[in-house]
Amino acid sequence: MDVEVVPVTGELNVGPQHPGSGHMRILVKLSGDIVDDVELDVGYVHRAVEKLGENRNYMHLIPLVERPAILDSVHMNMGYVMAVEKIINVDVPERALYLRSFAAEVNRIASHFYGIGILGIFLGHSTSFMWGFGDREIWVHILEALTGARVTNSYVIPGGVRRDISPSIIEMTKKAISYTRRKLNDWKKIFFNNPTIRARLENVGVMTKDQAIAWGAVGPNLRASGVYFDVRKAEPYAAYSKLDFDIPVYKEGDGYARSMVRLEEIEQSMRILEQIIKDIPQGPILSERFLKQIPPTRMKKWVEGQGRIVLPGYYASFRPPKGEATSRVEAGRGELMYYVMSDGSAKPYRLRMITPSYRLIYVFKNLCKGVRYADVVSIYGSLDYFPPEADR
Amino acid sequence: MTQRAIDLIVTELQKMKVSAKAESDTRGYVEVPKDRIVEVAKKLKELGFDHVKAVTGIDFPEQEKIQLIYHVSSYSENLYNIIFEIKSFTSYKDCVMPSLITVWESSWTGERETHEMLGVYFEGHPDMRRLFLPEDFDGVYPLRKEFKIKLEGLFVDKSE
Repeated sequence: MDVEVVPVTGELNVGPQHPGSGHMRILVKLSGDIVDDVELDVGYVHRAVEKLGENRNYMHLIPLVERPAILDSVHMNMGYVMAVEKIINVDVPERALYLRSFAAEVNRIASHFYGIGILGIFLGHSTSFMWGFGDREIWVHILEALTGARVTNSYVIPGGVRRDISPSIIEMTKKAISYTRRKLNDWKKIFFNNPTIRARLENVGVMTKDQAIAWGAVGPNLRASGVYFDVRKAEPYAAYSKLDFDIPVYKEGDGYARSMVRLEEIEQSMRILEQIIKDIPQGPILSERFLKQIPPTRMKKWVEGQGRIVLPGYYASFRPPKGEATSRVEAGRGELMYYVMSDGSAKPYRLRMITPSYRLIYVFKNLCKGVRYADVVSIYGSLDYFPPEADR
Repeated sequence: MTQRAIDLIVTELQKMKVSAKAESDTRGYVEVPKDRIVEVAKKLKELGFDHVKAVTGIDFPEQEKIQLIYHVSSYSENLYNIIFEIKSFTSYKDCVMPSLITVWESSWTGERETHEMLGVYFEGHPDMRRLFLPEDFDGVYPLRKEFKIKLEGLFVDKSE
């Protein structure tokens, strides 16, 4: 049967200001149903993190850098603090490293559930949207119990972390893991093995290995195209060198593979959490250098009594030595890189923040060329592109 | 002792008579004048670096020039943990750089952002328009040091 394509060309504003997971505009040039070209109008949520970074003290920047990706804030926080630690040259105690990995993995699970939920609503599957946000909630509660905030936790500080873990949080985590394991089976039944969802995702937005590398894809999207790369393995930070986990890799490179990588990473993150609960060593949660600056009365009441750090005076406006540092972490959406340049003053001379979604702008633009119009949302959802994170 | 992967790269680059240095096992940099940056980039690509992670511009107002840093890396087996920096300078007067998009396509976003934030024009880039900033931001480059932002004072409660 011949399909008659209506020869109509034109432009469409998708969104126009909030197409899905954040503020942006997608200008689509169509001929009939086929997308000829896509222009991403980003910048609706540009907060000038890099410029503000040159005007604030190092410590005041911690809450700022995690704003771009509030649902993945532990990673944004940790990457920045790791770069600062390199410049001021401080060692982090073992227990704090484990706690960093703990918070990061809880956050990764929450972030992936968010991504899958958004993908579901893009494809018109509202159950998965509700489930995604519901299942994310229990992990967000763990973060709240650990750090005191649902999102934007400011948990990682130079030299360690802000709060210690308690037996009740460990208990919560164990419950959350067994609940999520059970729930993931339901997820497979209702979403991942659902023929409608598979039809919308399989062979849609296919990205070959060479394309993924050339366009600069990161994270789960890169691994779904057959590249075995994860910063946690390539350049282990926090406690990852002592933890055993696998990196899910798929060869297909389509939307379905990208979603499956996320699903399997949830399982791997839970494996990591179980190991952390089992292996976490005793000890201080802040570097000795900073701990001894805390006054004895406060030390007794807060640090020893409640496992909470009172920020020592050094943090107020420290002046690190001249130098530059590059740090990277594997955030929920992929590799996150910081470049911090210090000129010896209390503020960074230059702060460069390269978020995973920032690097997805070009991938998104290229993937949409030549697909059917209805697949644009499917590609958007499967990339897990998050505009505030891209704009910074 | 086996030779580190980064030393091999540095040696290869030094053959081209550019100053390259390894800072650690996984970090290194090369400093090139801007007219030779494409040549060095092509060499690095030959050596296995397959993508650009970041294009960073840094303003130095006293010297009236802008430093550009390309962080390049690779997904191949022996180079995957190395981040190599290509450093180059361009002056305010002649704020044009050859674009590396012919070598690495992934520099697309970074070069476009550096153009709008610091006013460096990348010759050969197919889409040198503004990316994040609004349309009426013409002629001002926010990441240059001369662009000042108004800051509120910080209130500290000392009564405690």
